[in-house]
Formats: sequence, structure tokens, C-alpha cells
Amino acid sequence: MSIRERLSGNEATAYAMKQINPDVVAAFPITPSTEIPQYFSTYVANGQVDTEFVAVESEHSAMSACIGAEAAGARAMTATSANGLEYMWEMVQIASSSRLPIVMGLVNRAISGPLNIHCDHTDAMSVRDAGWIMLFSENNQEAYDNMLMAHRIAEHKDVMLPLMVCQDGFITSHAIEAIQLEEDEKVKAFVGEYHPEHYLLDRDNPIAVGPMDLQPYLTEHKKQQAVAMANAKQVILDVAKEFEDMTGRHYEFFERYQMDDAEFVIVCMNSTAGTVKTVVDELREQGIKAGLLKIRVFRPFPGEEIADALRNAKAVAVLDKVPLVSNVGGPLYEDITSSMFNRGVHVNTINYTYGVGGRDVTADQIKSVYHDLQYTTDMSVPYRFLGLKEGK
Amino acid sequence: MKDLIEIRWHGRGGQGAKTASLLLADAAFNTGKFIQGFPEYGPERMGAPITAYNRISVNPIRIHSNIYEPDFVVVVDDTLLSSVDVTAGLKKEGAIVINTTKTIDELKPLLKGYEGRVFAIDARAVSEEALGKYFPNTPMLASIVKVSEVMSEEDFIKDMEGSFKHKFAKKPEVIEGNMKALTLALEQVKQLQ
Repeated sequence: MSIRERLSGNEATAYAMKQINPDVVAAFPITPSTEIPQYFSTYVANGQVDTEFVAVESEHSAMSACIGAEAAGARAMTATSANGLEYMWEMVQIASSSRLPIVMGLVNRAISGPLNIHCDHTDAMSVRDAGWIMLFSENNQEAYDNMLMAHRIAEHKDVMLPLMVCQDGFITSHAIEAIQLEEDEKVKAFVGEYHPEHYLLDRDNPIAVGPMDLQPYLTEHKKQQAVAMANAKQVILDVAKEFEDMTGRHYEFFERYQMDDAEFVIVCMNSTAGTVKTVVDELREQGIKAGLLKIRVFRPFPGEEIADALRNAKAVAVLDKVPLVSNVGGPLYEDITSSMFNRGVHVNTINYTYGVGGRDVTADQIKSVYHDLQYTTDMSVPYRFLGLKEGK
Repeated sequence: MKDLIEIRWHGRGGQGAKTASLLLADAAFNTGKFIQGFPEYGPERMGAPITAYNRISVNPIRIHSNIYEPDFVVVVDDTLLSSVDVTAGLKKEGAIVINTTKTIDELKPLLKGYEGRVFAIDARAVSEEALGKYFPNTPMLASIVKVSEVMSEEDFIKDMEGSFKHKFAKKPEVIEGNMKALTLALEQVKQLQ
């Protein structure tokens, strides 16, 4: 039986980490993820976990410590946000190219400047090609569930890639909501122990980690990384199936909400999906065939499956929670439209930048998007702003 | 109680409005409800206006946005009435609960023509009598529970006793005062006519 509780997204993440009981946690505080290492350090101080907690002096060192620990053969975790992730950016790439299955909680926040501590997805999108598996979470429950599944995916022998679990800063990280938790023993059995095939402290089978890799082999090694990322797709589904058997909670690459006959579809990630669902319900009562496709797995990108799911729509809006300053669409839009093109799916698809720097995302804004989808045929302006103040 | 009740808190940084909203979420959760309790963080500091929110529902809550048409509003500091539009979107079938000693005639011009019920509590007097210090959030919490009827007073008192025992495990001497603040507020919050 699951345990009925009420926790914030940060509390839920820290609680999952306690149940996972990793060998090493190395972290440096940054809003809005600070509470994760804060709560976790309390578990350490109380002797509720066996973890070595490394209170490093920066995020660069946090990721470096995780890399060292994982290379040695340990299970290592961290958490960060925004500029913290930017500061560890160099090591984020080293972690994935060294094939070290570190797991990180990323509490999404705008990147300075100007200084802003609130939610958007600029931090996550800055590492979208860094070779990490990226899972997104609508609420505290999904942040918890994704964290429980994380090691099973990352540490799978066909994958061996680091993984980050994203959730919206403040909107879910600091909101208390109801949640179903699993018992410690069940989680322990589900997550299992980590026995890496190769590690530095295995003196009978010496290896090098992070050596120079020049013209002869870098291309092949990068190809191997790409294959591992592709392999992650099946592993993600397999782990989700096992997780569903344990908890009854169902996960795929993405959630289809009222998609069977949907004509007008919004695609988005994280907390906004909940707001979209309430709007979909309202529009359905009015006879409008609205639907939602909520992305859970952003890397590896399930482009073919997404394109197929959108094939029968009349119009699609992709919501990117990042500022558009590139003169092309946002990252989610570009990935989706190129997948649609490759798959021969030709549906008018527009792109909104929204919710930047914590701008509240209201049900009225979401309604206006469905309205645009119903009545706009002008595709000469595919890149738009949602909730922009008049005249700005 | 309606299927969904939405509450907006207005306070000043340091007065405990956020904590009160989380305690209300806790208490409602313990009566079997689905809940949200969340603050709206701004450039927040001691004394600056802050907002916090509660949704309390018999069904799972999926919406993640601020509350623009609340059923109830709680004002933890009446000096906010002249600078913050506290009644914005407030449903007239609902109510506003204010920590104040002002009369209804003094309050009316500050409430921008709000047609619903207005409740007042002198949270300073309650807090100073019960705790010897000014912590307005505990009396305001009891007041909104009474006015909104999200749970019975009996369930609320029982639940808060458990919460305080947990929260103040290391300073049990403050539990009695906080419980007294709750019961005094339940008695003293009054509708202004």
C-alpha cells in the first residue's frame, strides 16, 4: 500500500533520495533547489542514510565530486538550478562522455541576466545536447516517481548515461500537495544495488577514465554515446512497466490527455500541463476537441512517437518556457517540427514562448492558445509570445 | 464545503502568512482533502507585501497557477489595505477576513466596494494575550478555518495540537500559547455589519 502524504516537490525529491540511499551526494545550494540538499543533509545528520555528503564550495566541484565518486564505482547524486547548472556545465559534459550514470534533480529556473530566481526552462535547455537523459515532471508525484526510476534507467548496461529529473522551480518545488509515497523496502528492492561493469577501484581490471581522445576514435566514441541514448528509449519503457506493476502509476515517453480524437493540441512540459488539463476538460464540455500531449522524456527525444501522435490533429501549439531570441522557434518546437517533417506529418504548428522568469501561466492564457488554434490559419507568424503585456 | 475552495493570503514578509497557508493545507489534508499551499515569492524581505495561496478540494488538483478569483481572502496586516488590491476578484459569496481594530465604516472605503461578508479579528490582542508576543498568523489561521468552514473546529483543534507538538518538539513551552491563540481567535472572529 502506498502512503498518503503531503510534500512539496523539493521535499518529495529529497525523500526519494533518502529511500535510494546513494553512496555520495555532493551539492552546493542555489534557489530554488536549495531545500533538496538541505533536507538530505538532515537525513545524513540523523543517520537515516549511509551517504557521504560532500558540502562542496561550488557547483563545478559538486559535479566533479559526483564524477570522481561514480568513476570509483559509487552511486552519486546532486541537485541544482539555473546558474548552478551553468557553473557545472563543463563537468556536465564530462559526466556523460565518461558514461557515468550520475542522477541529478534539476529545479528549473531562469538563467541570469537580468537576475531572476523564478521558473522557466532555460537552464534545462542549455544542456539539452549535453548527453544526459532528461525527464520532466508535472508535479511533486512525478518528480518523486521519476527519481525512483532514474537509477534503473541510467545504470542499465545498455545505457550508462547520467540522468536529470526536472521540475518547475517554486511552482511545484515549493508547493505543498498530496502525494503517494512507496514504502522504503519496496523502493530499495526496486532501485537495487549498483554494480558497475568497469570502475577505477577495480584493481584487477584497471581502466583509464577521461583520457585524451583525438582524431582516431572520438567520432566512434560519440557514436557509442548516441547509441546508448537511443537504447535508453526501450529501457525507459521497461522500467516504467515494472514501476507500474509496483505502484499502479503509468508512465510513457509522454502523456496523451484527451488525444484520441483531438483536433487542437497543446504540447508542453512540467507544471503547465496540469493547468492545460483543466482547460481541456472545460473546452470538451463545450464540444471543442482539445487535447494535450505532455512530454515526460525530452532526452532521448521520442520524435517519431510524438510525430505520429500529432498526425491527425488540425493544429498544434508547442509551448516553450524559454525566451525566444534566436529568430527561430524554441527548442521543443524545433525538435517536434523537424520530427514531424521527417515523418511526413504536415500539421500547422505554432510556437509560443511563455511563463518566462516565473510569469504566472493562467487558464485564460491557455484558453487563448486553443482559440488561436481554432481560428488562426495564418502560419506566417509561427513564433509568438503568450501573456505578453500590451504594447511591449 | 464546496468541492473546491480557493483562498488568498496577503501579509508582510516575516508575519508568517506563508507558514499559515502551509499549516492550513496540512490540516485540510488530514481531513482527507486534496490540497495545495504555495507562496508567491517576489523580491521578498521583512515587511514587504507577500501573497500565499490555498486550494482545498474533494478532487485531485491539477491546475498550477495563482488564484485570481478566490472564495476567501485573509489580510494578515491591515496596513496593506491602502496599498494592495486585496479584494481583486474576490467572490461576493465568499468573505474577507482582516486582522484589524477598524470599524466597518473605516474599512469600507478601503475594500473598493466589495459586496461580500467582512470579518475582523484583533490578532495582535489575541497573540499578545496568548503568547505574550505578536505572531498574527496563528489567530488568522483559526479565523479563516472558522469563516471558510473547510473543516469542523473540533477537527481543526485536534489536528493543530498534533502539528504543534511536532513543529515545536524542541520548545514545548510555546505549544500551550499557540493553542490558546487558536481557541481565542475561534471565539473572537466576528462578522462586521
